[in-house]
Amino acid sequence: MTSSVLEAQGLGKKYGKRWALRECTIDIPAGHVVGLVGPNGAGKTTLLKLASGQLEPTAGSITVLGGRPAGGPAQLARVGFVAQGTPVYAGLSIADHLRLGARLNPRWDDARARERIAQLGLTFDRRAGKLSGGQRAQVALTLGLAKRPELLILDEPVASLDPLARREFLRGLMEATVEHQLSVVLSSHLVSDLERTCDYLIVLVDSRVQVAGEVDKLLATHHRLTGPRRDADRLPADQHVISASHTDRQSTFVVRTDAPIHDPAWTVTQLGMEDLVLAYMDKSTAECRRAALEMQR
Amino acid sequence: MIWLTWRQFRGSAAMMAAVLGVLAVALAVTGPGLASAYSAGIADCTTDDTCAGFYNRFFGEYDLPFLALTLGVLILPALIGLFWGAPLITRELEAGTHLLVWNQSITRGRWLAVKLGLTGLVAVAAVGLCGLMVTWWSDPLDKSAAEGMALMAPLVFSARGIAPMGYAAFAFVLGVTVGMVVRRTLPAMALTLAVFAAIQLTLPTMVRPHLVAPVTATFELGMENMESLSIPREGGESPRLFLREAVPGHPGSWVLANELLAPSGQVISGGDGGTGAVINVSSTSGPCAPRNAAPGAGDGCLGEVNRLGYRQQVTYQPLERFWIFQWIETGIYALLTVGLAWLSFWWIRRRLS
Repeated sequence: MTSSVLEAQGLGKKYGKRWALRECTIDIPAGHVVGLVGPNGAGKTTLLKLASGQLEPTAGSITVLGGRPAGGPAQLARVGFVAQGTPVYAGLSIADHLRLGARLNPRWDDARARERIAQLGLTFDRRAGKLSGGQRAQVALTLGLAKRPELLILDEPVASLDPLARREFLRGLMEATVEHQLSVVLSSHLVSDLERTCDYLIVLVDSRVQVAGEVDKLLATHHRLTGPRRDADRLPADQHVISASHTDRQSTFVVRTDAPIHDPAWTVTQLGMEDLVLAYMDKSTAECRRAALEMQR
Repeated sequence: MIWLTWRQFRGSAAMMAAVLGVLAVALAVTGPGLASAYSAGIADCTTDDTCAGFYNRFFGEYDLPFLALTLGVLILPALIGLFWGAPLITRELEAGTHLLVWNQSITRGRWLAVKLGLTGLVAVAAVGLCGLMVTWWSDPLDKSAAEGMALMAPLVFSARGIAPMGYAAFAFVLGVTVGMVVRRTLPAMALTLAVFAAIQLTLPTMVRPHLVAPVTATFELGMENMESLSIPREGGESPRLFLREAVPGHPGSWVLANELLAPSGQVISGGDGGTGAVINVSSTSGPCAPRNAAPGAGDGCLGEVNRLGYRQQVTYQPLERFWIFQWIETGIYALLTVGLAWLSFWWIRRRLS
C-alpha cells in the first residue's frame, strides 16, 4: 500500500468566478476512515469529485494512491466512488447492476456482491427504480465494494436516509472496511454520522480546509477553556484560538495546543467531535464577519 | 461495456426492428405487383405512344403511399437524432448515473466510443435499410413521376439511395453532442431538431445545386419544355408562352433555372410561370392569328416562334448524376459526423463533469 491515499497541493476549483475549493493542501495517510465534514456548499463534493477524477482542478495538483485521478482504467479500478444521492440505473435490475460491475471491472468480486445483496434481503430481479432510498444506497455501496478498490470515496451516502437506514448503511460500510482493509473517505454535513465511523477528520468550511488530522490527535490537542474574562491576545503564543465567546465576566475559548495547559484560572474541558467541528465553523463565520466589517470601513 | 450499451438500448432497437419489419413486409408484398403493373403499362403504351398519359395515371394511383414513404425516410433521421441521440448522454446526466458508470474501471472516452459506435451503427443500418427498401419499392413510381417529384427533385433525392444513412449518422451524433453541451434532455431535443432541420433545408437549396457544375443549354420550344402558348382571341394582344420545368431529351433532370430567351438573346421575364412571357409576334395576321386557330394551328404558331429565334435556356442537373450526388452528399454528412464525434470526445474529456 502506498503511504498516502490522497495528496493535494494548493488544490483549487473554480466554477465561473466562484471558487468552490481553494488552496487545499492535505495529505491523508492510508488505512483510515476519513470523515469530510462541513456545511452544505462548503466544497465537499468538489473535493471528492476532484479525487475521483470527475473534475479537473483549476489550480494546484492532486494525486490519489500515487496516481492522477481517473488517469486510466488501472487507476479507476483502484478507486471506488459512490456519488451523492447514490445513483443507480432505474430501469435495470439488481442482477443487471452486478453484471455491469462484473463486466466493467477487472477485479470484480462477484461472490462478495451476491452475498451482500442476499444479506440485505434483496432479490436479484428487483428493478433498481423500485428500491427504497436505503436499499438503493446499499446497492450502490455493494457496487463500490465488489470492485475491490484500495480507496472508497462516498459522497454524502446517507444524506437522504432515515436514521435506521443510516445506521445500517454505516455499519455495513464499517464491516467491509475492517474485513478488506480499504481506506475510506466519507463526506457528510452531519457530524453525528461520522462520529462513530471515522478516525480521521477533515473540516471544510467556506471552500477552505480548516483542519485535518487523526480524530484522536485532534481531540487531544483541542481544549475548551472557561474562566474570567480575558482577551484572546493575552493567551500564550502556543495556544491557537479557534473560537472565542465572551460574557461580561467570563470568556470561553476553544484553543489548539500541543502543550499541556497549566494556567489555574482556566477550567479545561475536553471537546467532542461535534464541538470541535462547530468551533471551526464558528471561526470561519467570525472571520467572514470581520472581513465584511473591514470592507464596510 | 458493449453489454451495458445493448442492455440500455435494446428496447429502442426492438421497437425500430418491429417498425422496419412491418414496413419490409408491406413493401415486399406490394412491390412486385407495382413493378409488374409498371412494366405491363410500359409495354402497352409504347405501342400506341401514350406513355405520358400512362405515367400520369400510374403515379396518380400510388401518389399517397409514395409521398408517405418519402416523408417517412426524410423524417426518420431526425427522429433518431431526437430520440436516440439527444437522450443518450443527457439521460445519464439527469439521473446522475454517469457518476456510477464513469467510476467503473473504464475511461469515459471508451464508454462514449462504445455507446456512440454501437447505437450509431444501428441507427445508420436501420435508416439505410429503410431508405434502400423505399428506393427499391418506389423505383417504378420514380420513373413515372413528373419533374417536380422525380429522383433529382430535392425532397425525393434526400429520401432515396444512400444519403439517408449519412443523415442518420449526422443526426445521431448531432443529438449526442448537443445533449452533452446542453445537458438536459428536452432542450437538447428541441435544439437538435432545430439545427438538423436548418441544415436539411439549407443544404439542398444552397449547396447541392453546386456540388457539380450544372449544365446550361438552350433548346427549341416544343411539347416537352412548354406548358402552353396562349393566343388571345381578341386580336391585337401578343401571344403568351408558359415554359415547363423540363429539359428536352433529359427527362427527370433537376431544373435550377428556366428562362425564355428573345431572339436578341435577352431574357424575357415571366416565362416560367405567372403571367407568361410575351412573345413579340403578330396575332392579327400570320400563323399566330386567332382566326387561324383551327385544330393544329398552334403548331404553326409555335413553328413561327421558333423560327423567330425564341429559345428555352435551362440550367439543370441531369438525372445521370443521381449517384454521384448521392455519394458526394453522403460524404459531406460523413465528414460532418466525424467532426461532431471528435467534438463530443473532446467535450467529454475536457468539459463534462
